[in-house]
Amino acid sequence: MLAFAIRRLLEALAVILAVALIAFVLFRFVGDPVNQMVSQDASLEDRLSLRRELGLDDPILLQFARFVGHAARGDFGVSYQMKQPVVNLIAERFPATIELALAALLIALAAGIPMGVYTAIHRDSWVSKSLLVLTVAGVSLPTFLIGILLIYLFAVVLHILPAFGRGEVVSIGFWKTGLLTTSGLRALVLPAMTLSLFQMTLITRLVRTEMLEVLRTDYIRFARARGLTERAINYGHALRNTLVPVVTVIGLQFGSVVAFAIVTESVFQWPGMGLMFIQAVQAADIPVMAAYLILVGFLFVTINLAVDLLYLRIDPRLRAGAP
Amino acid sequence: MSLRVVALVGAIGLGVLPISGVYPVPGSNTAPGKVFTYAFQGDLNSLDPYTLNETFTLGTLGNVMEGLVRRDKSLKIVPALAESWETLEPTRWRFHLRKGVKFHDGSPFSADDVVFSAERVHQPGSQLKTRIPPGTKVVKIDDYTVDFILPTPNPILISEWETWFILSKRWAEAHEATLVQAATATSLSPFALQANGTGPFMIVKHEPGVRTVFRSNPNWWGKHEGNLDQVVLQTVQTDSTRVAALLAGDVDMIDPVPVQDIDRVNAGANVKVLAGPELRTIFLNMDSMRDELLYSDVKGKNPFKDVRVRRAFYEAIDINTIDSKIMHGMATPTALLISPLLFPRGSSLQRWPYDVAEARKLMSEAGYPNGFSLVMDCPNDRYVNDAEICQAVAAMLSKINVKVTVNALPKSKYFEKAGPTRKYDSSFNLVGWTPGSLDSLNVLVNTVICRDKDGKGGTFNFGGYCNPRIDALAQKIRVETDTGKRDELIAEAYQILHDDAGMIPLHQQSLAWGVSKDIDLVQRADGQLRFDWITKH
Repeated sequence: MLAFAIRRLLEALAVILAVALIAFVLFRFVGDPVNQMVSQDASLEDRLSLRRELGLDDPILLQFARFVGHAARGDFGVSYQMKQPVVNLIAERFPATIELALAALLIALAAGIPMGVYTAIHRDSWVSKSLLVLTVAGVSLPTFLIGILLIYLFAVVLHILPAFGRGEVVSIGFWKTGLLTTSGLRALVLPAMTLSLFQMTLITRLVRTEMLEVLRTDYIRFARARGLTERAINYGHALRNTLVPVVTVIGLQFGSVVAFAIVTESVFQWPGMGLMFIQAVQAADIPVMAAYLILVGFLFVTINLAVDLLYLRIDPRLRAGAP
Repeated sequence: MSLRVVALVGAIGLGVLPISGVYPVPGSNTAPGKVFTYAFQGDLNSLDPYTLNETFTLGTLGNVMEGLVRRDKSLKIVPALAESWETLEPTRWRFHLRKGVKFHDGSPFSADDVVFSAERVHQPGSQLKTRIPPGTKVVKIDDYTVDFILPTPNPILISEWETWFILSKRWAEAHEATLVQAATATSLSPFALQANGTGPFMIVKHEPGVRTVFRSNPNWWGKHEGNLDQVVLQTVQTDSTRVAALLAGDVDMIDPVPVQDIDRVNAGANVKVLAGPELRTIFLNMDSMRDELLYSDVKGKNPFKDVRVRRAFYEAIDINTIDSKIMHGMATPTALLISPLLFPRGSSLQRWPYDVAEARKLMSEAGYPNGFSLVMDCPNDRYVNDAEICQAVAAMLSKINVKVTVNALPKSKYFEKAGPTRKYDSSFNLVGWTPGSLDSLNVLVNTVICRDKDGKGGTFNFGGYCNPRIDALAQKIRVETDTGKRDELIAEAYQILHDDAGMIPLHQQSLAWGVSKDIDLVQRADGQLRFDWITKH
């Protein structure tokens, strides 16, 4: 068990290093950060000396080595644009993204599971059919469009929710939360709905397929033969067994929700990491981009590791196979 | 099972959260009196006013900090921290400072602060070094008199001083902020999140990229013409969200309104678009420097070296169509590289007329009756509808048989390619320019005078156009102290540029702010928003 965990950790480290290296190679194509750090009439000498001071003229491998060396000590440099240590920026933005992602996931679960169960049990009802059509819309409509539509409906026409931002925040230790204020909660509704739509669709369809599968199995048939109530069969037996793969997928999806909140965050001006990243790309702000990509890589690796370790606990056969 | 779901989600999401007591973030709950909230597409870059020479940041900080002079509603220079000044001799300016002024932290303002600020603005990390010519001596005569002794006469010494802010020496020393926070800094300067000035507003809270909160300074030496108690600047980057926030009443003002949304904002019940001329000129550069164009099928020679080809390009562009169709009327065609607001004499200069037949004739005379192919580099996120303008230009040039392929790039890529970093790797491109000093000399020395292939000289002259007569005029304009004569020289330089068709000026952009009808404010042509001129009903 321990050896397995250690091996996975080493692999994880290698993955993160690979992410960083690929990121650094790509940074050569994002453009020149210097132009946005100096005034338009800055002299050529100033521009060139700034490039030198930032180390942008050094070979890419040297830049990479320097970055890894500093990162290993927890120093991700200072943002070219915001003039603040990247670590501070991320610490400030991380809670916003996590809260948004969790809220989105909760909405997706709360709506997706019942919808999946319903469409599986009442396969031929018109309600099911229209729900399934809706889920197709959920996958195919771009997030950007959904976000703008929600803003126009709820903020501009109905005037009941704010159009952008995160509202008031409250500090709990280092964590600034918007979950404890009315304005924070109101601001959360639209972006969380927008972000949840894709996951909701996915969960609905997944639960439905799994449920249909389970409902065909022998033990359900025997449960019926024993005369159990429909309720006990559907929720006590079928749903329980459906949820195993669902949990796995949700776990893995959580990483994508965090990483791909970028569009939702920019539509709603949600001050999370995705928004920070997109601003960094526009300004060729290399320290921020590098740190963000590494963090996302780390998040994925951690989630995968957690899921692997959970499997190990759930399924003894895997343990036997481990060296 | 449901327990496991909760456990997994919880473990991934939250980790272990130390709860050390719930307390509100300071400054976020107080909303006293009249609060004005506005959304801008960008953000304040640094609160250290010498770190970056950028219009929006400095313009906004101008509510918090002040220079010796400032500009009034029509951009005329008026006294601020200096009550009056005189030129004792062409190279010696004397400033009489305002008495009884206090910084926000309570420290008094005196000549020491001016001397300190003059030294600080010349530090290596400063990007505002041009505010004071190199070699200038700043001498304290007494507590309220300062002399500036210049190496050469300089008629426009104070033209950029509205944004050369005077800092408190005492405060800077106490906060270890005597050094400018350089753009390459690796640590956090005290100025990154706080500021101290003499201005009508003070910064309460600055969350980079999210919001900045300002509070009215009751002890300001001047008179508040408006009635605001608090101002909140919000960054809202996405155009449609910004417009929605205004229509929803979440904010009192937005800057800018995207030109395609102008009608929609005007149709809103409680909002209107406030439009006015801006100081930025958009123009096209043609590479007339290389012996062979990098991106064309003409080999062995450079068609742009021929003035007839440049004029043909100029005359083939239907600027009125661009301004009505693409800019939705939010632009004014121009023949100048500077706003006529800043150089009224120049408005007599007329554009080469739009005349396709004449343009075709010029192309034939120059030996290109069948035109040629060309790649045009263009930013797509820098100026108003920049890439669309390039597309339109490309379509118009097809009428003189020039096949233009538009290469639209985000600004970080575009300026790298078309600018000095890649040695002007471009044959035809679009740029915009606003002179920081609001004076023509800045335009000429940055975008018109000759440069070498590395960019020495007119660094922003992306086409490498070169006419030694203009360079000679620029030298004279630099030191000419007689305003009439100086304007004469400037007009001559613009005339030469026009006759040469060295660049193709397109238009002046317009400012477009979306404003709630409850708000009275002043829209200055340089786009700066002064909070003390805003009234909320």
